[in-house]
Amino acid sequence: MPCKFMHCCGVANKKWITFQHLNFLKRMYVTQYNKDLSQQAKPKTDPVAPPFLEKKHLGQEKTVIREIRPVSPLHPSLSETSNRNEFKAVNSAAVVEDLATAGGVESKEEKQWKEMKLQLDDLPGILARLSKIKLTALVVSTASAGFAIAPVPFDLTCFLLTSIGTGLASCAANSINQFFEVPFDSNMNRTKNRPLVRGQISPLLAVSFAASCAVPGIALLTLGVNPLTGALGAFNIFLYTCCYTPMKRMSIVNTWVGAVVGAIPPIMGWTAATGSLDAGALLLGGILYSWQFPHFNALSWGLREDYSRGGYCMMSVTHPAMCRRVALRHCLALIGLSTMAPILNVTTWNFPLISLPINLYISYLGFRFYRDADRSSSRKLFFCSLWHLPMLLLLMLTCKKSLLEKEDKSELLS
Amino acid sequence: MAAAAPAAGAGPRVWAGTRRCFSRAAGSGLLAAERGHEPESRASSFCPPAHSCNDWIGPPDRHSNLRPIVFHIPKNESPLGRRLREFRQETQVWNQQFWASQNVSFRKGKEEFVYSRLKAKGLERKDETGQKITLSAEEMADFYKDFLSKNFKKHVCYNREWYKRNFTITFLMGQVAFERAWRRLGWKKTKVGN
Repeated sequence: MPCKFMHCCGVANKKWITFQHLNFLKRMYVTQYNKDLSQQAKPKTDPVAPPFLEKKHLGQEKTVIREIRPVSPLHPSLSETSNRNEFKAVNSAAVVEDLATAGGVESKEEKQWKEMKLQLDDLPGILARLSKIKLTALVVSTASAGFAIAPVPFDLTCFLLTSIGTGLASCAANSINQFFEVPFDSNMNRTKNRPLVRGQISPLLAVSFAASCAVPGIALLTLGVNPLTGALGAFNIFLYTCCYTPMKRMSIVNTWVGAVVGAIPPIMGWTAATGSLDAGALLLGGILYSWQFPHFNALSWGLREDYSRGGYCMMSVTHPAMCRRVALRHCLALIGLSTMAPILNVTTWNFPLISLPINLYISYLGFRFYRDADRSSSRKLFFCSLWHLPMLLLLMLTCKKSLLEKEDKSELLS
Repeated sequence: MAAAAPAAGAGPRVWAGTRRCFSRAAGSGLLAAERGHEPESRASSFCPPAHSCNDWIGPPDRHSNLRPIVFHIPKNESPLGRRLREFRQETQVWNQQFWASQNVSFRKGKEEFVYSRLKAKGLERKDETGQKITLSAEEMADFYKDFLSKNFKKHVCYNREWYKRNFTITFLMGQVAFERAWRRLGWKKTKVGN
């Protein structure tokens, strides 16, 4: 062994490899079998149910034997006498082969080190991920739905300003959320590839980006649409970043706060169109509020391990029965709220009728989740919620009470 | 807390032989000691290339899942810049210690829980094929709830500290960026003046 050590130090010009490293790696990863070197690697096990939005499959824990291509040994430094040369050559060749393979594994780890230099080409992609662009798009579409369902003639300019303003506000809120949660995101499978976690962007830049979205966004809403919408937007950013995000680690009440955050965008759309906070706006907000529960509670059911380890206070971990009960309750509430729509003159009576099948279906899945309390029922409920909401809003739009009808009615009454 | 940055100019030499210094938050075992760093538990022997002027970020740590950063020490580092770098380094070490211990205790606790549950069922830890038997998520739920409540106070303290540090780092970054821009503006003015 000391002999090998001397050879290591003598032959290796890759100074970062020490004897300890070499041996450790050889034991763990490199095995010799029939003169072929193989690498025994365990694929990193997914400790938790796969994140719903990322389609990874839960791998069985097994080792994978991969063959390493033989690396040609470095030319060994030879000493004078031929016998000793031969002995040394054989020995150092063997050692160098080990070194080369160990060096291969080491340099693989070294390749994973990245320079923290901002690449301008990557910046749009990085900012898109920082602002959770897909979620922002969904938020903007709920605000647009609120705008479209509001009982006023459609104004395209106002619509575009509302959409852009809401989008900017959402980008800002999401960026701040990621800025706050770097170490927690690092520890959860679902979020470990976010830009701040990977060091693709500095915290300062993230905050600057958030500010440069928030200010124009809120200004656009306040000045270009109306102050009420602007105020709602600013309030929502505050609620999400300063209430919901820290509360996630303090109390399960965060879920209810988060549901309000989700309910505000359609209200903003409505107030942007009408200029006032009507009962219809609150109904739309109520529908989004109730929808959040089956959506989020089902999602959180599969993330319990990550939440527990990361210190997140979620119903699914602390009060699992309540988690399922609340999800079911709000599925049923959606039926009730859909029935309120014609009463508040938002839609015709067609709406509660044609939305009944999808509302009953989601309630059925909610019931299954409540009863079975397993991964498959939670996943079914979650995926259902993803198409249920856009469909519901679309049906609402198609069943919208036309303005002509309203005018006729008011003429009849007067 | 170990591994404070060596004084500029007196740090470890990089292979090209230039006196460029990189402070390391989590040194390697033998290698760090050879280089005059305090060895820590991690076996990271990465050394950034000598010509690089930026920080370097590594793969997630095995225990803490946090990505270590090797901070670059610029030649003309201002006192403010140095304060920022040292604070970031200190925060990194603090974060590393917290999450490494957190994750290790989680894994240990999980292992013990699974073992005790299997024992109660009359089963061994591994089945006939040698595979470890795992419990379903429903059976693990008791452990998750218990672990979360046990560590709640720890997390509350950590959160408070983390928010403070995060804000401080970002604020210092802003100050350093402003200082750099100011300096550059000052040089430009003298150039124009000349």
